[in-house]
Amino acid sequence: MIEIGLGHYLSLGAIIFFLGVIGIFLNRKNVIVILMSIELILLSVNINLISFSIFSGDIVGQIFTMLILTVAAAEAAIGLAIIVIYYRNRGSIRVEDIHGMKG
Amino acid sequence: MLAHSVFFYFFSVIAIFSSLMVITSRSTINSVFFLILDFISVGCLFIMVGAEFLGMIILIVYVGAVAVLFLFVVMMLNVAEQKQSWFIGKKSNHIPIGLIVSVLILLELLVVVGGWKFKSDVMSISNLNLSDISNTHQLGLVMYTDYILYFQLAGVILLLSMIGAILLTFRQRKGVKKQSYFNQISRTPSSSIELKDIESNKGVKIDD
Repeated sequence: MIEIGLGHYLSLGAIIFFLGVIGIFLNRKNVIVILMSIELILLSVNINLISFSIFSGDIVGQIFTMLILTVAAAEAAIGLAIIVIYYRNRGSIRVEDIHGMKG
Repeated sequence: MLAHSVFFYFFSVIAIFSSLMVITSRSTINSVFFLILDFISVGCLFIMVGAEFLGMIILIVYVGAVAVLFLFVVMMLNVAEQKQSWFIGKKSNHIPIGLIVSVLILLELLVVVGGWKFKSDVMSISNLNLSDISNTHQLGLVMYTDYILYFQLAGVILLLSMIGAILLTFRQRKGVKKQSYFNQISRTPSSSIELKDIESNKGVKIDD
């Protein structure tokens, strides 16, 4: 309990991943919160990679964390741009209102 | 080691609480603020565990760029009127399915973590060779040599996302007065200045 090992960090990553997934399903408000849940998921992946990298003494995990961070930033930019043009066309970004494909 | 565990529990409790608040808070702007708190606490965890460069990058990129981008979009889109309760009312038959899927994922991850047998020398933080060169130096030594292609690919991804975001949100509005550079540059003194001889004690009438 006192000794913080790899399992603690992996558990933290698992809990944040779980909260991100549950945020995607639970969300009834708007699409921005879904994007934030995706950011939480990517953050938990970063926690896993960095803790494995530190505890096994290999720097490559941190390299891949930087690549994931790049992809997360790009994804947030594109997703928010899509949300902006969707709001401009439809006037609403609520999840229930986005049913153009009847899916 | 006691300080390490105290700080770990402190920051991880803050991270879990704020990520819970991200997905459950009523207004979107509060979600963005709790997302910022989450990023900051996870960045502090990274700095604490020994990945200083990535902790700082998390603080700079996530808090300084991505979360502020979320704030800008929330500010632009007038989502305050869309604030509503998310459990009450509407037929939402996928919430229990979502709960089941999420709890299953959490249980699987915890089973994997709990059942994992690590090598004993892998588990300790003390076998890291942290003394001679710093974390940033290590990262730079590997990233610019072995992983230079990945690094440049990341740059290409950022460029593409920038072009895509600009192209998606760009629009030409009708009825907006713009400067016409060609007309401005191609003016000559003979076409824009008219000289008049004014006799004394008489005015001049300019037709405009």
